Amino acid sequence: MSIKERLSGNEAVAIAMKQINPDVMGAFPITPSTEIPQYFSGYVANGEVDTEFVAVESEHSAMSTCFAAQAAGARAVTATSSAGMAFMWEMLYVTASARLPVTMALVNRALTGPININNDHSDSMGARDSGWIQLYSESNQEAYDNFIMAMPIGENKAVRLPVMVCQDGFITSHAVENIELLEDNEVRHFVGEYDPDHYLLKKENPLAVGPYDISAYYMDHKILQAEAMKNAKSVILSVAKDFQKLTGRSYGFFEEYMMEDAETAIVVIGSSAGTAKEAIKELRSSGKRVGLIKIRVFRPFPMDELAGALSHVKAIAVMDKCEGFSACGGPLFAETRSALYDLDVRPKSINYVYGLGGRDIRVEDFEFIFGELESIVKTGLTGKIYRHLGQREEEVLK
Amino acid sequence: MTTRAKDINETTPWQKLTPGGEIYEGGTSILVDTGSWRTMRPVFHEEKCTHCMLCYPFCPDSSIPVVGGRRQDFDLMHCKGCGICFKICPVNAITFVKEEA
Repeated sequence: MSIKERLSGNEAVAIAMKQINPDVMGAFPITPSTEIPQYFSGYVANGEVDTEFVAVESEHSAMSTCFAAQAAGARAVTATSSAGMAFMWEMLYVTASARLPVTMALVNRALTGPININNDHSDSMGARDSGWIQLYSESNQEAYDNFIMAMPIGENKAVRLPVMVCQDGFITSHAVENIELLEDNEVRHFVGEYDPDHYLLKKENPLAVGPYDISAYYMDHKILQAEAMKNAKSVILSVAKDFQKLTGRSYGFFEEYMMEDAETAIVVIGSSAGTAKEAIKELRSSGKRVGLIKIRVFRPFPMDELAGALSHVKAIAVMDKCEGFSACGGPLFAETRSALYDLDVRPKSINYVYGLGGRDIRVEDFEFIFGELESIVKTGLTGKIYRHLGQREEEVLK
Repeated sequence: MTTRAKDINETTPWQKLTPGGEIYEGGTSILVDTGSWRTMRPVFHEEKCTHCMLCYPFCPDSSIPVVGGRRQDFDLMHCKGCGICFKICPVNAITFVKEEA
């Protein structure tokens, strides 16, 4: 039986954590993820969970706590944002390379410089090469669902990788939406027990974790880790299938919205997809063949599947909520365009960096982008490839 | 893969390594040659040794084996050549010489 509720994204993730009842939470507060450990420490104080809540003095220690707990054989979770995750940086890599499936609720926020507490994806995009699986959520429902699917994915013995479940700071984390929750026992049954083959507290099985790795071994261990990320692809799909049986809600590597006959398409991550869908509905009602791909799984990157989904499209705009400073486009654009390269006939592609530090994106902005794509299709001219959206231009002010 | 550390060496293919380099048994450092970067080497002169057991606890590694209360020759696979045993020996039963290539 599903429970109908109205929750913010942070509450939804905190409730998912409560239902999972993990062994350890190591966390330090940072806006906009602060509410997650705040709600969760309430559950601990009220005896609603059996979790050991470790109130650390920094995020580096939060991730170290999770690393150590998971190595000991416990299931560990954390929540953070922005500079908090940046302070975990060293331990993000250590946790992934020790193949410890810690689960993180990441509430996406800009990285400071200049100081900003609002939403964009620069925190998680910066960590895209750290070896963590990355699942992104459009809505509170998706943040909840992704968090429940995270452990069966990360803890799978062919995977053994940490998972970060991302949602957009303030936009989903603080906005209250309708949501369907599972019963506690359904969640616990779905997530199951953490059952590692080797762990430090198993006394009949002496174990050393995270040894010094000289150059004669380091590369080989990295290849093993890269293989695990490849293995994660089929596991992500099989977990999604089981989740669909339980809830009726279907998930893949990405969502295809009105893509069947689409001539132009937008590729986007996170909550902006909802805004883009509104634009698509309006444009469709006036006969425009427009569609959307919303990336849910960025690591591992669904390269072949994405190329397949875009193969019939004439022009695409890839939306990056992160400035990569490559001087030629954001990270999602680089990977999406790389995916298209192996197609015999490729759509023309442009990149929009948008929404930095909480800059809003509106339905009209997506309509404008589809207009640009339409003119690229008509003229055959791509024009400027690397673009920004939502900034004030000198011409406009005059 | 649960390959044992003793079965892993620099010819082992990546497929046979353990996830994250996990080690599934204790005491495996004994298998690793950590003495190769030594530049000075202690030499044991058994005829002068009184087996006072002073060098043994002073060794920062465990490169002085003791069997039945009697110290044995150095374990040079693990000795780093720090020279503490040479300094501490009260009867000059240890000399300290340059490591020749």
